[in-house]
Amino acid sequence: MTIPSIVGAGLIVIGAGLGIGKIGGSAMDAIARQPEASGKIQTAMLIAAALIEGIGFAALFAA
Amino acid sequence: MRNIISIKTICLLFLFVTTFSFATDGGGSEKGDIKTEIKEYINHHLLDSHDFSLYSYTADNGEHKYVGFPLPVILWDNGLKVFSSSKLNHGETVAEVDGNYYKYYHNKIYKTDASGTINEVDHHVTNAKPIDFSITKNVFTIFVVGLLMFFVFSRMAKKYKTGSMPKGVGRILEPIVLYIRDDIAIPNIGKKKYKRYMPYLLTVFFFIWIINLLGLTPLGINVTNNIAVTLALALITYLFTTFTANKNYWGHIFWMPGVPVPMKIILAPIELLGTIIKPFSLLIRLYANITAGHIVLMSIIGLMFIFKNWLGSSLSFGLAFALSLLELLVAALQAYIFTMLSALYFGSAVEEHHDH
Repeated sequence: MTIPSIVGAGLIVIGAGLGIGKIGGSAMDAIARQPEASGKIQTAMLIAAALIEGIGFAALFAA
Repeated sequence: MRNIISIKTICLLFLFVTTFSFATDGGGSEKGDIKTEIKEYINHHLLDSHDFSLYSYTADNGEHKYVGFPLPVILWDNGLKVFSSSKLNHGETVAEVDGNYYKYYHNKIYKTDASGTINEVDHHVTNAKPIDFSITKNVFTIFVVGLLMFFVFSRMAKKYKTGSMPKGVGRILEPIVLYIRDDIAIPNIGKKKYKRYMPYLLTVFFFIWIINLLGLTPLGINVTNNIAVTLALALITYLFTTFTANKNYWGHIFWMPGVPVPMKIILAPIELLGTIIKPFSLLIRLYANITAGHIVLMSIIGLMFIFKNWLGSSLSFGLAFALSLLELLVAALQAYIFTMLSALYFGSAVEEHHDH
């Protein structure tokens, strides 16, 4: 492992973490406002998180 | 009923596709201190192997003992060669089959001379490599899970045919099947067309879930962190999407409605690339999640042998326990996400035209 790839991996983790954190936080807000829609919100949250995660992993493999 | 019967067909399809998963390249095997030994162990765990060994130990006379059972090795080397992997003896001896000699070296089988010499140039083995169709540990596990699913689900289907409630494990599976139908298939694919995809969605969900759960048992199985297996799964989703897509789907890819003509020309290659990236992300996600989970879990268990005092060891035991619980969740979550996204892609493939 070279230093650039380690730094790159770190940057990817920061980016993906921020993205998934934002989704999770917004989903929490949404559920707090409309608890009756929590099922739909969770599904949408998981899909969005999975998409970001997929890109994150792809980038990690490249790094 | 018909859904459950066609599950069998798809189960069999799985078995055929994943049989062609090749064994992956291995790492070094030199002995060192405890840290390198743990690293070796984890690396070895992440690889497929040609026998089903539960554990190994070094006997008092310095001999390696392996506890487990051998699996058949199938090679194509100017004709089919089938022999038991016990002949390879974990690379310690040379196997002789019909006058040809094979040696197991770094998780791969090479053709050698009678004394079993491996020629290496810059860590690249120059020996001839026969095409390997062996029933490896992963393939064997897939067979077992396939048979298990076939047995459980066909019995469940029979029970429904006679109109009675399923017993035993069927009672646990029924709500999950209904959940996949009502919360994954129908909302994403639509009421009219979901029935076509239900067999595949159910099969893929239960297959990934059971395989992931088996990976958490001490049997040392890990199938979903073989990229060939996840590739086969994602490929099936891709083929289903491509071959069941309607005019509307292809229209959205090659001639996006509602945008100016220059944009249509720019969008077409991007959208076309998108159809490949979607299943690619499916395969990477499953593979990377399970691999990362296994590496972290085994590293934390390995910490026990590094600390070697009761405080550190009990700490890492607690962590390993908590992480195992998390991995139980991840096992189901990854199966769910794979099924969910597959359903989403199928849904986009069969979506009816609507005005923008």
